[in-house]
Amino acid sequence: MEGIEMRKMSFSEAIEDALLQAMAEDTRIIYMGEDAHTYRMNLFVRFGEKRVKPTPISEAAFLGAAVAAAMTGLKPVVEFVLVDFIGVAMDALLNHAAKIRDFSGGRWNIPLVVRAPCGGGYGDGGQHEQSLWGWLAHIPGLSVVVPSNPKDAGRLMLTALEHENPVIYCEHGLLADAWLEYMGRGGRKSVQYDIPSEGMSGPVPDRWEPIPLGKAAVLRDGKDLTLLSLGVGVHRCLEAALTLEKKGVSASVIDLRTVAPLDRETIVAKVSESGRMLVVDEDYKSFGLSGELAATVMEAGVPAKFRRVCTETTIPYSRLLEDETLPGTEKIVDAALVLLEE
Amino acid sequence: MGREFVFFEEETMEADLWSLYRQMLRSRLFEEKVMELWDVGHISGEMHLGLGEEAIIAGVVSHLQEGDAMALDHRGTPPLVMRGIDLVSLLRELLGFEDGLCGGWGGHMHLFSQELLAASTGIVGATGPMGVGFALSAQVLRPHNIAVAFFGEGAVNQGMVMESLNLAVVWNLPVLFVCKDNTLSITTYSPSVTGGNLLERARSFGMKARDVDGTDVEQVFSCAGELIRELRDQNGPAFILARCAHFEGHMLGDPLLRVVRHPLQRGKEISGGVVRATLSKKGIPRDDRMKNLWTIASLLKKAAAGQKKKGNDPIYLARQKLLKDKTHLYQIEKDVREEIDEALKAALLTAERDGGN
Repeated sequence: MEGIEMRKMSFSEAIEDALLQAMAEDTRIIYMGEDAHTYRMNLFVRFGEKRVKPTPISEAAFLGAAVAAAMTGLKPVVEFVLVDFIGVAMDALLNHAAKIRDFSGGRWNIPLVVRAPCGGGYGDGGQHEQSLWGWLAHIPGLSVVVPSNPKDAGRLMLTALEHENPVIYCEHGLLADAWLEYMGRGGRKSVQYDIPSEGMSGPVPDRWEPIPLGKAAVLRDGKDLTLLSLGVGVHRCLEAALTLEKKGVSASVIDLRTVAPLDRETIVAKVSESGRMLVVDEDYKSFGLSGELAATVMEAGVPAKFRRVCTETTIPYSRLLEDETLPGTEKIVDAALVLLEE
Repeated sequence: MGREFVFFEEETMEADLWSLYRQMLRSRLFEEKVMELWDVGHISGEMHLGLGEEAIIAGVVSHLQEGDAMALDHRGTPPLVMRGIDLVSLLRELLGFEDGLCGGWGGHMHLFSQELLAASTGIVGATGPMGVGFALSAQVLRPHNIAVAFFGEGAVNQGMVMESLNLAVVWNLPVLFVCKDNTLSITTYSPSVTGGNLLERARSFGMKARDVDGTDVEQVFSCAGELIRELRDQNGPAFILARCAHFEGHMLGDPLLRVVRHPLQRGKEISGGVVRATLSKKGIPRDDRMKNLWTIASLLKKAAAGQKKKGNDPIYLARQKLLKDKTHLYQIEKDVREEIDEALKAALLTAERDGGN
């Protein structure tokens, strides 16, 4: 049940607020990550170093340790500075966190949350702006969530914390105001980023409650075309849908919210209505989420026309090249118009 | 394009403070320009500068020859500037132009120069394995050449760095690991997350490890020179622990330094959450929360101490020794200033036409 929406919060505040609520109520939740005392100062002050642990720059060790701690009674939240840095610690996820439940015949759970900022649009280059949610979701045993607004950010954090097995919580850098201030602006007023305002700040419930894992949100209904996206892409789709509306095209917009498990039912239902699906995914195009969405619809036997706007290459550093690489509103509109003509 | 790289033909064991000073100053003035470009928003994301570590870089790279390789971390600008990279091309890269050093694809954390066998990475610790691989090629293909791997003291807690130290020893590779120790791993006090002593850690793998004052360019130069000579004689890897400060913290806009430098403004922004965290119900006892606040205050103090001052500035310290010949000194400074100013002018010349950041 949702609380009455009284408060307004930023994306970062919502996540922290949900964490504070959960950590106050469940002493098994511990938090770890590089610079935890600086970046999670409020958690650190209130809960102390036993539960909020600044780590050395040793991702492989602390993520691996968190997996084992999760097996033996704790509920660790491991924060990465960037999802890109998960590469250093991949074994802990790929071969351990994701598999131990299955190896134990389903008997041993791993209540672990990995919080990782992701996504581009602020000019930091290809080792700092990847999305990787589809890449991570490819591994059976990992759940992956990607909130697109403060309300979902807090609720999905609760969802992740209450889930009995590993959840990768992807926090888009352009929405996460505190993170962007740190990694992007650094106190400057001289830089501009294309931040979706409704994603960065918005109403939140008084008390956080989880939402079901694997439940997409239909943000806009339309009969001609179904736009499917997540994170910042959702806002780009909403913007594109408005432009399309002016051209007489009615598009629905679905916020997937979780990559794994995927809300196949909603996807199939909405695409069957329009017969056209356009996937907007900031993660890499080939062998990933966008193809999975097409497969989902095909497997359901729904005839549909398909297009996708995704990141296809390493993300360049230059802001101009970066803009050309990331899925932007204009590209979405163009792809939609092509799809409608097919 | 006829670039003139700085390759030192013969191993110079005698420190030439004039040329070391010149290289440090080139890097310093170049990075101060980068800082201005970042301030006005021409560089969009993060910016990690080597302000404060110039003596370490100059003291090491001045020994490098053609065919030697460099594994650079997220502070790759100073070594490239000192090795003679085209400054306009480097600036154009940082400004996001397609004719920049890496076509606008890399930015400051991903700078590459195949001519110089120099590669950089934004992944902390990744220069360890990179240095080992560069040294492996040298061992097989260019027996007199070596590799250098630069990283900070925070990176030494990465598994891949420790694995690299071991691999370099067991394969007897000519790689010099250069650890630049400013005591802060991003914003964490490194000794609080590091077991034992880094010199002993390196030695325990079976390699030579030396401790130097990273603000004293002559000391770094002579220490690196001795170790590199042994590397060229196929006498295995070596490790230098050089202590320095980072005047601008981990990166421009460093969160600790922002509080130090703008206490009222930043204090107002963060105080609400901190007060609530200190007073709210549920959590550890209030007295312990006060201790946690003290921990954060001590970090601020450490970051503040790393800001530029006479005693930690390698350029100021070297300059003091060169004041004995003011005419020569001023000439060098004038030349360097002109070189950097001209490079910036050239880099910005067609900025409006070419777009960029």
